[in-house]
Amino acid sequence: MIEAEDVHFTYPNGVEALRGVSLKISDGEFVAIMGQNGAGKTTLVKHFNGLLKPTRGRVLVDEVDTRNVSVATLARKVGFVFQNPDHQLFSENVEDEISFALKNFGFDEETIRKRVDWALNLLDLTQYRKSSPFMLSGGERKRVALASVLAWDPKILILDEPTIGQDSYQKERLRQFIIQLNRQGKTVIIVTHDIEFVAECEPRVILMANGKVIADGEAREILTDPDLVEESSLVLPEITQVFVRLNDFGFPRKVLGVYEAKRLILDRFRGGFKR
Amino acid sequence: MSLFDGLRFRNVSSTIHKFDPRAKFIYVCTLFVMAVLFNQLIPLLILFFSQIPLVILAKVKKEWLRLIRGSIFFATLIFVMNVLSLYFYGGHRSLASIIEYSSAMTFRFIVLVESFSIFFLTTSPDMLGLSLEQMGVPYEFCFAFTTAIRFVPVLAEEAQTIIDAQRARGLEFERGSFIKKTRNYVPILIPLIVNAIRRSLELAEAMESRAWGAVKKRTNLYTLKMSKRDYAFISISIFMLAVSICVRLFVPIPNLIQA
Repeated sequence: MIEAEDVHFTYPNGVEALRGVSLKISDGEFVAIMGQNGAGKTTLVKHFNGLLKPTRGRVLVDEVDTRNVSVATLARKVGFVFQNPDHQLFSENVEDEISFALKNFGFDEETIRKRVDWALNLLDLTQYRKSSPFMLSGGERKRVALASVLAWDPKILILDEPTIGQDSYQKERLRQFIIQLNRQGKTVIIVTHDIEFVAECEPRVILMANGKVIADGEAREILTDPDLVEESSLVLPEITQVFVRLNDFGFPRKVLGVYEAKRLILDRFRGGFKR
Repeated sequence: MSLFDGLRFRNVSSTIHKFDPRAKFIYVCTLFVMAVLFNQLIPLLILFFSQIPLVILAKVKKEWLRLIRGSIFFATLIFVMNVLSLYFYGGHRSLASIIEYSSAMTFRFIVLVESFSIFFLTTSPDMLGLSLEQMGVPYEFCFAFTTAIRFVPVLAEEAQTIIDAQRARGLEFERGSFIKKTRNYVPILIPLIVNAIRRSLELAEAMESRAWGAVKKRTNLYTLKMSKRDYAFISISIFMLAVSICVRLFVPIPNLIQA
């Protein structure tokens, strides 16, 4: 469980990135943190594994104050996949890349071998086992970065902008993958601008603006609220835009999914002619 | 990060900012010579304090202080190395004179850092490149020079992100023996270098697509002109240099602590 209590954070250069954020993320939740550029999303999640420590307030991870433990200790529980895989890949081959963190955490050889196999398999990377990570495509590098974090099986997983630079096929796979991890009981936190992606996942949504949380609740409630969405410089999901405009015809506003939309429209067709 | 902030151009308007980069460069050179000229504490302290009005005039006090704070690590290193080497190999000198000499060496370093910081804080990389160009340096070199300066903060920021990313994967810098600690930098340096090379290739392509080198003779939107103020600034700098050479040659400089 992650608890943030009135967290303030100011960067050394004087930029005030967080101005009093309080929230609680329980075990097994799926949360999307959204908001405009510079709203403080990445700054906030960097507090969850102790990379940043609050200048005021506190952050508790499983009831431990992040100021009292090292990043390495927290990282064992909280896996953080950075936005750009090029900021972390450095090994000769994919296999070594994935075992790097496992070695840091002091797993034994046998376990490391098993975990690497498992992670390679999970992300469909087995064929690249001996390839240099630098020779892979952008999407593949992103998967290697994800595999290198998943390998130590952290109970909380943070993904910073996971959909950037991914084609729609990879995005769909990523979505399935995240939902599967979440079903297995992992807490998943994604930081993203991709409102269509979030609309399809329907997680809990936390909207941020100017270093504060401006809304926190179900995707269905928040992503269909034109005012809130605009305040965080996002655009309503396309399906929702259609249904907001169809509101005059008696359609509900709070529609996110394609299948749901199809059902509503078909129902109207079938019933509408009778009316 | 904070260290580099003290060398990054601050775009505020001040008298010092308006000086011609060439004038400021001459000032830095004279200061460099003066700092190397003396190895006693008193003149170096004078050099240190006499630059503070310039910092205040340039309105860059905060960044400058940050740089001085950032250089404390190296300053301490220089101090300790001097004390140790003089103590063990310096013959029979009193501890007081060793400390004074070591402080002088430390202040020499700080004076150099200080003058460079004034120069870089108040001179935009573009102006610097322009002044090099007007002094007849080929444009390719000027461009390489300004680009290098411009990418320092970018690299510093990137290094910080890479450090964060590797710490999030359980890397602990402070752990282990000296060799282990050195090896801990491999996961930082490789992504940093690879990204820098990748970026430079992209930059080259972007430049070529914007017609880099299409004409031999480039024109500039701005041209630098030395004003009276700049000549005055240069004259003062050179006068100070002359005075200090005279002082160095003819005036015995007292030690702070008489040994």
